[in-house]
Amino acid sequence: MLPIRSLLFSCVLAFSALSNAAEVDSQAVIVQYANLVSANYQDSLASSKDMQTKIDAFLAQPSAESLKAAQAAWLEAREWYGQTEAFRFYGGPIDSETGPEGFINGWPLDEAYIDYVKGKPKAGIINSKTPINEAKLRSLNERGGEENIATGWHAIEFLLWGQDFNKDGAGQRSFTDYTTAPNAERRKQYLKLVTDMLVADLASVEKQWRAGEKNYRAQFETKGDDSIKKMLTGLGSLSRGELAGERTEVALDTQNQEDEHSCFSDNTHRDLVNNAKGIQNVWEARYVRRSGEVLEGASLNALVAQKNPSVAEAVSRDIANSVKLAEAVQAPFDREIVGKKDAPGRKRLHVFVESLKAQAKSLVEAAKVLGIKRLNTGV
Amino acid sequence: MKRSLSFIACLLAGSVLAYEGHAMLALFEPSEEFPAGEVGTIDDHGKNAFSLPYPGLTDEQKTDFVVGNSFFKKPWVEAPSSTTARDGLGPHFVANSCGACHALDGRGAPPDFKNNIQQEQPMALLLRLSIPGQKPDPVYGGQLNNQAVQGVKPEGKVAIRYEEIRGQFADGSSYSLQKPHYKIEQLAYGPLHKDIMISPRIAPQIIGLGLLEAIPDASILANAERQRAEGKGIAGQPNYVMDAFAGKALIGRFGWKANVGSVAHQTAGAFLGDIGITSSKNPHEECMPQQKDCLRAPSGGKPEIDDDKLAQVIFYSQTLAVPTRRDANTSDVLRGKQLFSDANCVSCHTPSYKTGEFAAIPQLANQTIYPYTDLLLHDMGEGLADNRPDGKANGKQWKTPPLWGLGLVKTVNGHTRYLHDGRARNMMEAVLWHGGEAEASKQAVLKMSTADRENLLKFLNSL
Repeated sequence: MLPIRSLLFSCVLAFSALSNAAEVDSQAVIVQYANLVSANYQDSLASSKDMQTKIDAFLAQPSAESLKAAQAAWLEAREWYGQTEAFRFYGGPIDSETGPEGFINGWPLDEAYIDYVKGKPKAGIINSKTPINEAKLRSLNERGGEENIATGWHAIEFLLWGQDFNKDGAGQRSFTDYTTAPNAERRKQYLKLVTDMLVADLASVEKQWRAGEKNYRAQFETKGDDSIKKMLTGLGSLSRGELAGERTEVALDTQNQEDEHSCFSDNTHRDLVNNAKGIQNVWEARYVRRSGEVLEGASLNALVAQKNPSVAEAVSRDIANSVKLAEAVQAPFDREIVGKKDAPGRKRLHVFVESLKAQAKSLVEAAKVLGIKRLNTGV
Repeated sequence: MKRSLSFIACLLAGSVLAYEGHAMLALFEPSEEFPAGEVGTIDDHGKNAFSLPYPGLTDEQKTDFVVGNSFFKKPWVEAPSSTTARDGLGPHFVANSCGACHALDGRGAPPDFKNNIQQEQPMALLLRLSIPGQKPDPVYGGQLNNQAVQGVKPEGKVAIRYEEIRGQFADGSSYSLQKPHYKIEQLAYGPLHKDIMISPRIAPQIIGLGLLEAIPDASILANAERQRAEGKGIAGQPNYVMDAFAGKALIGRFGWKANVGSVAHQTAGAFLGDIGITSSKNPHEECMPQQKDCLRAPSGGKPEIDDDKLAQVIFYSQTLAVPTRRDANTSDVLRGKQLFSDANCVSCHTPSYKTGEFAAIPQLANQTIYPYTDLLLHDMGEGLADNRPDGKANGKQWKTPPLWGLGLVKTVNGHTRYLHDGRARNMMEAVLWHGGEAEASKQAVLKMSTADRENLLKFLNSL
C-alpha cells in the first residue's frame, strides 16, 4: 500500500500544478470512479423502472404482446445492470454484509423453488400456501442454500420466459400462466412483488453512490489507496473468479444449461459482453450513458501508465481483447458450450476465458505498480 | 500491516506502563501474520474471507477450484430433473448443498430463538445417532435427516431447549452460559432405539484443510508425547479411523471428534450422509430397511456424482485460503498472546507446524502454518460431554479445533456461535465451557483482570 502521506502530497500537487495536465493523481481517479459508478447505477435504476412499467402493463392486461414488451424491457435493463457488476466484490453498498446483491442477482435459481416446472405442476412458492409478501420472500431467499433464489433479475426472468427447453431459443412461457393457469393470481402477485423489490434494492444502492450526500460514496472518496485497491479488486474478481470462472469455465466443464447465467431468456451472451465492458469502463474511466452522454476523466489506466506504461498497455490490450471476444460469442450460450473440444462455440468461449485470465494477471501487475501486493481476483 | 519501528516502540513503551508487575508481552513473529504460509494466505477480511483459493495455485488448479466451488455451493435437486448434472438429492437429506451449512465456506449457527421459542429447524447443525457398541440406530441409521424429497417422509424434527448456567469471574463480574438439550420429535418411522445416543455437530469454517492434511503424522504424535512430558494433566490422543480413499486407518484430523482422516473421505461422506448424493466410494443411498418410501425413491444416476466432479469438490475443500492476521503486532494482541500461552492454551491449541510432503498438491509442502490445534482428542469435562463414543473417542473427548479464521466468523457469517454445537454465543463463553483436561486453563482465565480478558479476546479475534 502507498503510505497515506504520498496521497496527501499528490493532492497538494493537484492544486499547485494545474498547468501540468498530464499528471494524474489517485484522488481524481477515485472521484471519477464514483461519478461513473453513480451514473451507471442511475441508468440501471431508470431502465429497471421502465421494465417495472412494462411488467405492470403486462399484469394489468396479459397478452402475448404485453408479455413480449415486458421481456424486451428486461433485456434492455440488463444491458445497464451488467456493466455495474464491475463495482462488486469488495464489500461496497451492493455486496457488503447487509448489501442486497443476493436479492438482486442471485443465480442459478432452482426454478422449482418458485413455480411449477416440467413434471412438477404443483412445485414452488407460487403453488403453495406460503404468503407472498416482501418479508416472506426475503426470508425465503437463499434459505437452505445460496441458490434457493426467490428474488431478483433471474426470478423475474424465469417468470417472464419459463424453463428453456428449446435448442435455438429462449423459454416459451405463455401469457396464459397469468390468466387461466392454476394460481395465475398468485403468479401475478409474485412477479409484481419481485419486480418492485428489485427496483427498490437498486434504488438503495444508487442512493449510496449519489454525489454530495452522507453515504458510502462520501466515505469512499476519503479513503485514498484503500479505495484504489477496491476498484482493482472489483475488476480482478469479476475478470477471473466470476466471469472467467463461475460464469464460463463451469459451464464449459459441465456443458449444462443450469450453469448458464441468464438461462431462461438466452441472454447470457449479452451478460458476458456487459460484464467485460463494465471492466473496461472502470479501467478507462469512460462510460457511455443510456442518454448517449459520455463520461470521461482521470483513469486507473493513466494512473498506472505514469508509473509503468508497459503494464498499463498490457491491461488495456487484454481488456479490449476480452470485450472483442465476448462480442464474438454467439447466442444461445447453451448451444455454444456443448460439443467436443474443437466445437466452434467452445473454442470461442475458451479464448474468451484465456483472455480474461490474462487480464486478471495483468491487473495484478498493475496493482503492484500502485503498491498493492496481494490483489484478490476471486480465484 | 507494516508499521515503523518507532511506532511499535511507542506502543511497547505504553504497554509496559499499562501492564504493571508481571505483565509481559509475547514476541511478535512476522511469519504469524501469514497463518497458512505464503502459499495459502489471502489478504481479504470481508465477507468472502473464507471463500478464496490459496494464492499459490496454478491456473489449471484454479479452474478445478472454480468448478469444485460450483458443485459445493449450488443446490442438488430432486431426480428426475432437467438439471441433470445436479440431480439426485436425498431421498433423505439435511441440506441440498455443501454451502447450505458451510455458508460462504464459513460456520453454521444453531436455530434462532425468540422469547425462548425455537424459530426454525436447524440447518447447519446435524445430530449423529448411535446405540451402544457404536452401531447405527436400527431404524434411523447414523444421523437424523430432517428433510426429504417429495413422497418421502423426513425422519423427524429437532427440538432444542436451553438451560441457563450462571457463574462469576474472580473479579466479581458475572457471566451466563446456555446449555442445550436436544430432543427428536415427529418421528416418521416409529420410536428411536431405547438406548439411543445423540451427538450434535455444527458445520465449521473449512479454510486451510489441505494444509492440515499436510501436517506430518509424526508432528501430531509428538504433540501427545510433549503433553505427557509436560505433566500438566493434558493427555491428547489421536483418533484412528478407516479411510475409504487411503484404504487403511489414518489419524483422524477432521470432524469434531477427529472421526475423519482425509478431506476426500469427509467430502464423499458428507455428500451421502448430508445431501443424499451417491458416489463410487458410497454407491448406495442411506435408506434403512424399514424406510420403504426412501428405498423406493428415484435415483439421480449411479453414481449421482461422478469421480471427476467429486475430485474437484475435494480439491476445492482442500484449497480454501486462510486470511492474514489482523493487528497481530499491537500491544493488546501481543499481551493476549502472552496470556494464551501463560494459561497453557497453547498446549492443545498448538500454534504452528511445518507441513510435510503432500503429493496431491505439491505446493502445500514445507509451509510454516499457524492453525492453533494439536489435532488430538481431549477429555473436555462433563459440561461439553455428549457421552457418545466415536471411533476411539469416548463420550467426553473432543478434538481441538483449529482457531485460524476465528475472528472473522462474525464478518463472514454474521454470528459468533462457537463450539461443536454452537452453544457458545461468543468467544468468552466458548472459553468458559472448557473443562476436563482444560480445567486449569479455564481457571487461569477466570482469574484474569477485565483488561487481560479483553486482551485475550483481542488475540483470539486477530486469528
